[in-house]
Amino acid sequence: MSMQRKEAMDPTHPTNEAMLVLEDGRTFHGTGFGAAGETFGEMVFNTGMTGYQETLTDPSYHRQIVAMTAPHIGNTGVNDEDPESGRIQVAGYVVREPARIASNWRSRRSLGDELAAAGVVGIAMPGTRALTRHLRDRGAMRAGISTTETDPAALLERVLASPSMVGADLAREVGTTEPYVVPAIGARRFTVAAVDLGIKAMTPHRMAERGCEVHVLPPTSTAEEILALRPDGVFFSNGPGDPAAADYAVAALRGVLDAGVPFFGICFGNQIFGRALGLGTYKLRFGHRGINQPVQDRATGRVDVSAHNHGFAVEAPVDRAFDTPYGRAEVTHVNLNDGCVEGLRLIDRPAFSVQYHPEAAAGPHDATGLFDRFCELMDRKEQG
Amino acid sequence: MSPRADLRSVLVIGSGPIVIGQACEFDYSGTQACRVLKAEGLRVTLVNSNPATIMTDPEFADATYVEPITPEVVEKIIAKERPDALLPTLGGQTALNTAVALHEAGVLERYGVELIGADIDAIQAGENRERFKEIVARVADKYGLNAESARSVICHTMDECLAAAADLGYPMVVRPSFTMGGAGSGMAYDEAGLRRIAGAGLDASPTSEVLLEESILGWKEYELEVMRDKHDNVVIVCSIENLDPMGVHTGDSITVAPAMTLTDREYQNMRDVAIAVIREVGVDTGGCNIQFAVHPGTGRMIVIEMNPRVSRSSALASKATGFPIAKIAARLAIGYTLDEIPNDITKETPASFEPTLDYVVVKVPRFAFEKFPAADRTLTTHMKSVGEAMAIGRSFPEALQKALRSLEQQGSSFSWAGEPGDPAELLARAALPHEGRLRDVQRALWAGATVEETHAATGIDPWFLDQIAAINEVADRVRSAEDALTRGNLLAAKRYGFSDAQLGELRSLSEEVVRELRYALGVRPVYQTVDTCAAEFAARTPYLYSSYDEETEVPPGDRPKVIILGSGPNRIGQGVEFDYSCVHASFTLAEAGYETVMVNCNPETVSTDYDTSGRLYFEPLTLEDVLEVVHAEQRSGTVAGVIVQLGGQTPLGLAQRLKDAGVPIVGTSPESIHLAEERGAFGRVLARAGLPAPKHGTASSAAEAREIAAEIGYPVLVRPSYVLGGRGMEIVYDDETLSAYMEKATAASPEHPVLVDRFLDESIEIDVDALYDGEELFLGGVMEHIEEAGIHSGDSACALPPITLGHDDVKRIRESTEALAAGIGVRGLMNVQYALSSGVVYVLEANPRASRTIPFVSKATAVPLAKAAARVMLGATIAELRAEGLLPAEGDGGTLPLDAPIAVKEAVLPFDRFRTREGQGVDTVLGPEMRSTGEVMGIDEVFGTAFAKSQQAAYGSLPTKGRAFVSVANRDKRHMIFPVKRLSDLGFEILATEGTAEVLRRNGVRARVVRKHSEGPGSGGEPTIVRRVLDGEVDLIVNTPFGSPGQSGPRLDGYEIRTAAVLRGVPCVTTVQGLAAAVQGIEAIVRGDVGVRSLQEHAERLRNARQVPPG
Repeated sequence: MSMQRKEAMDPTHPTNEAMLVLEDGRTFHGTGFGAAGETFGEMVFNTGMTGYQETLTDPSYHRQIVAMTAPHIGNTGVNDEDPESGRIQVAGYVVREPARIASNWRSRRSLGDELAAAGVVGIAMPGTRALTRHLRDRGAMRAGISTTETDPAALLERVLASPSMVGADLAREVGTTEPYVVPAIGARRFTVAAVDLGIKAMTPHRMAERGCEVHVLPPTSTAEEILALRPDGVFFSNGPGDPAAADYAVAALRGVLDAGVPFFGICFGNQIFGRALGLGTYKLRFGHRGINQPVQDRATGRVDVSAHNHGFAVEAPVDRAFDTPYGRAEVTHVNLNDGCVEGLRLIDRPAFSVQYHPEAAAGPHDATGLFDRFCELMDRKEQG
Repeated sequence: MSPRADLRSVLVIGSGPIVIGQACEFDYSGTQACRVLKAEGLRVTLVNSNPATIMTDPEFADATYVEPITPEVVEKIIAKERPDALLPTLGGQTALNTAVALHEAGVLERYGVELIGADIDAIQAGENRERFKEIVARVADKYGLNAESARSVICHTMDECLAAAADLGYPMVVRPSFTMGGAGSGMAYDEAGLRRIAGAGLDASPTSEVLLEESILGWKEYELEVMRDKHDNVVIVCSIENLDPMGVHTGDSITVAPAMTLTDREYQNMRDVAIAVIREVGVDTGGCNIQFAVHPGTGRMIVIEMNPRVSRSSALASKATGFPIAKIAARLAIGYTLDEIPNDITKETPASFEPTLDYVVVKVPRFAFEKFPAADRTLTTHMKSVGEAMAIGRSFPEALQKALRSLEQQGSSFSWAGEPGDPAELLARAALPHEGRLRDVQRALWAGATVEETHAATGIDPWFLDQIAAINEVADRVRSAEDALTRGNLLAAKRYGFSDAQLGELRSLSEEVVRELRYALGVRPVYQTVDTCAAEFAARTPYLYSSYDEETEVPPGDRPKVIILGSGPNRIGQGVEFDYSCVHASFTLAEAGYETVMVNCNPETVSTDYDTSGRLYFEPLTLEDVLEVVHAEQRSGTVAGVIVQLGGQTPLGLAQRLKDAGVPIVGTSPESIHLAEERGAFGRVLARAGLPAPKHGTASSAAEAREIAAEIGYPVLVRPSYVLGGRGMEIVYDDETLSAYMEKATAASPEHPVLVDRFLDESIEIDVDALYDGEELFLGGVMEHIEEAGIHSGDSACALPPITLGHDDVKRIRESTEALAAGIGVRGLMNVQYALSSGVVYVLEANPRASRTIPFVSKATAVPLAKAAARVMLGATIAELRAEGLLPAEGDGGTLPLDAPIAVKEAVLPFDRFRTREGQGVDTVLGPEMRSTGEVMGIDEVFGTAFAKSQQAAYGSLPTKGRAFVSVANRDKRHMIFPVKRLSDLGFEILATEGTAEVLRRNGVRARVVRKHSEGPGSGGEPTIVRRVLDGEVDLIVNTPFGSPGQSGPRLDGYEIRTAAVLRGVPCVTTVQGLAAAVQGIEAIVRGDVGVRSLQEHAERLRNARQVPPG
């Protein structure tokens, strides 16, 4: 069993004070966790009780400061198997009780060290629940964490000067710059072109498990570049930012849909799909970020407990099919908590998407069957 | 309207008496189920033999049968009620087993009763080890999951065993096949051990077969609570991690929710396996609990078992998350799907989600080893705890320390008093699981043992150990801080769960001084909500816990508030009966327009269901924690008063100090409570009222005690003051024993002296529950003990109405009770114990509070005493309550009509759970110290039948034929002749020891002489009585104890006999009075007229009879 002691991170030894200031002026005090310094981003909360390592490395959290509602974070340390991307993606991290030691047979390093090494500024503070309630009631907002500033007003000024999430085009900042291939596990059945808008490692892995050779492409790939691979199917990934600012992706997807190639989208990919169909997207008050969200498949009535990470959603009529430039479409999935759209499909063409995360990581595996559905579409297309 | 329109009536089976391993968590789940089913418009029939439960209150079902839970009796109920369906998953193993038996006997099919909640196949798949192993293997294979069962090999020869050992590795479990009660099982740590245990096992097994299984001792242990609906929607309600690794029963382990040391990958694998297993087993409309072991070094995961029903863990998970498993299981059973059921807490979101926690929950077990001094205290896979406390905090240390102080046991909290001690010695002690092990762990770490060393010694995960080390570090800082306590270090310590008392100990200050300082510095807790969703949605249900966090969430309220203090963790002497009274008070006061506020820390109870009261505070019942709740409630509205007299001794003990702190106590005042509890004051009350009491004195030294005994004469009853459940009470016959007792007692309770009373050994004991409003007395019930005097009232069977008392006796009891109530100043309930000896009614003691018998009396007389008491405490008069209809218009429990039913309460004792270190049973003889865990009620028209039912419910049916063994003390010989003769006439063959046989023969009863245990087997191999009992040759044992405890000779003989009786499950009567009752019971069964009748029918008949005044 691996154990690493990290005295410096012990909140019972308040050696390094830190402060969190929200754009409406609410201020929280705590101790530094991770790197020293100052950071800004959109303040959001995540309600998952497991999977902090996956959360930290999820590119969709780019430019966001993430607060964990689960109080004890870091207990199982950091291992080399679970990251969802090559680096820690969050802009800042807020926890209540950072672990003083890591305890797990797979642990290699402590979380505090990992954050410090990655230069991620965090804060350990008692008021994470108060923060969550504040965001729930007032909506996600900009915030800053500082271990150097002592004057909240000064920090607030810098928070107000930081960029907003609305209108932010961030997929370009996190997607791969060069294409790469994730080979199929076992026999290759399909070639998938996956546009990386902030893709998580588990997504191509889930496809590879099903015999897909996944060509991961940069976020700004055009329809021509995508179709040039002669893919059996095209995938648009999750990612950060405002979908309204990613017209290049919408244009690329329209080209793919015109070509009639089977399409599957997740999260940001769902929003891009919605926009490609002519639907609007909007910012949720505080978003869905957690691994316990009930999503109902409207065709079967079945409910999946699912992993979510989205601040924006698609506007669509949920009670009926509707017309789009690509024929009739419908909402396939809804969130039972707030009724928000969680899935779309074209009725007459092989294209669908979901707002939530069937690849999970972190989160429940209830919805992994959606990858099979994608494979079926590709299969049918091949046979057809 | 429920989705299953074809179901109009449902039978719910409860779990019977509270026993170790099956306690009031099933009252909680059953009550929820009954409420849900009734709300759905279904006719609910309930059977449960336990009168102390809330579920058996007539208002929760349409027909409530307080009858023995046996397949025969339940069949009679089915024949009478003809329910459409049977719901067996909410009454523990008792209900499940009964349902399976009814199915196998063809009863369900015969009456067209559908089993809902789980089908027979699913129940059996979960129960059968081999089938379950196959299921685990199948799902692992089918879904490619990391899951397996412990590897095992069946061997027939020693060579096979040795070969298997090479594969399985040491240590390993050896289980001989088909031996009784798993006899001959053991753990082999090396080849020598294997040869010894397996060798004996191969000999002992009738098939020469042993099962060798790899040991998973010391692995990490987890549980998941899973629910599935008919559309195959599955949710995991909660993960629970055991702090104590494998080897300690989960009921005896400290457990933590949510799991603390799993990565998402490991957790999701566990979740996938749980879902695959529930699907494969086929539980499709309900919940189950699945247990896992994880190897700490490799992550290899073993699926241990599943229970296709609600359980102790599901009650805990419900309280830990705010997701009411039993309630939802009942809905699923009648056809709802999870997405159709709203989340009660948020009101807006559905139940088809998984709760997420932003706090930590810790459950700690409560043991009662002090009641069984001979019992081995090592914790094993055999559950020994009698209750549990749960606490919620924003961190593990905060929750852990709150949980430990919730136990209300001296020494249950961490302490830094004295020198730390020797780490090696402490670690050696901590290596063996035992009650209080965690304190050894804490001391070891404090003494300098490293986390690594402590992990190696105990197997406890290093993360938990480090958290305890952090608590030690905070303690050290508080202690060594040079200045006085500052706001900063006080707040830091509070966030680590330190109580004012602990801080006082660290700083050599009194608890009160720390509190004053804390108030002055403005360090107060806030209250946050258990909301199922980590604050993602607003909570509409105020289910609160304290934390030294940032924002309080106590909602304002405009109705006057009544705070009800519950009774804390179940223990022997204070259990579900007190929860019953608290819950009733809450219901009735809510109806009367109050906002009710419950404070309790016992996760098993109905009182800690967020549905029970207007507000629920899941908090320890210490002065500090209660004061903070009162403060928070006062800040959010008006507190009309705090009720301390319904939750047993726990809140009563706080009464005076709460009042001193300015808290309004309603009902009997703390000063009046003192009048009843303090011997001198009570003596003056008695003297003023002219009531006789046994001669007595108060001693604070052995010499004083001997002096008093010399004056009043032996035998004497000795006990410490201010106790419940007869803790430390003994009957003493000589100076020597008295001196020894005083030595023990004064060490145990230095502030309080010991009471020495003349013991009236030839008397009838009588228990009375009464209600007094200052003007009028309402005699709730007069109960006559069946056992002789000197047996704790909680362990004694009793009958109501009294079966041998005359009109004049009851009249005198009424007068005495009224005089006492007035003299003490009771407002509300009072329990009095009397002894009737030579025509004199002596007052033994009076307790101005709800008693253990309140629910029994309420059910036997169809009067809601606890509700009436709560109203009286808040100012209503008995006359008003009579006018309102809450109490009968005329008469009371002392004027029951002649044809009122007879109710018999019988105690259930846990002797079969305990063994001495040498593996022997513990003595089962009853005494003045209470040791029963629960009770049952038999109710019928005549005493014999009611008694027979009570025995059947508690211990299984009385025999109607076979062999009865009789061995009684000399003083009992005269009284046993007639009942034994009757047994003989009924066809029993009578066996007796020599002295008893002689008396019987002289009186014309044919009795065969058998050898005593101390005589050993005869020259011709004639077995002793103990051997005969063990061989199953005896069907009924009558053995009254004599001789002094602990000596050899007759006393020890009796011990051996009774122990054998427990081992074989043979009914064992230990008093002559009990024998007479048993004979009446046997006669009733022989007559064959044992029917069933619901409480509602009994009440209806009683109401009708009351209208005709007794002639």
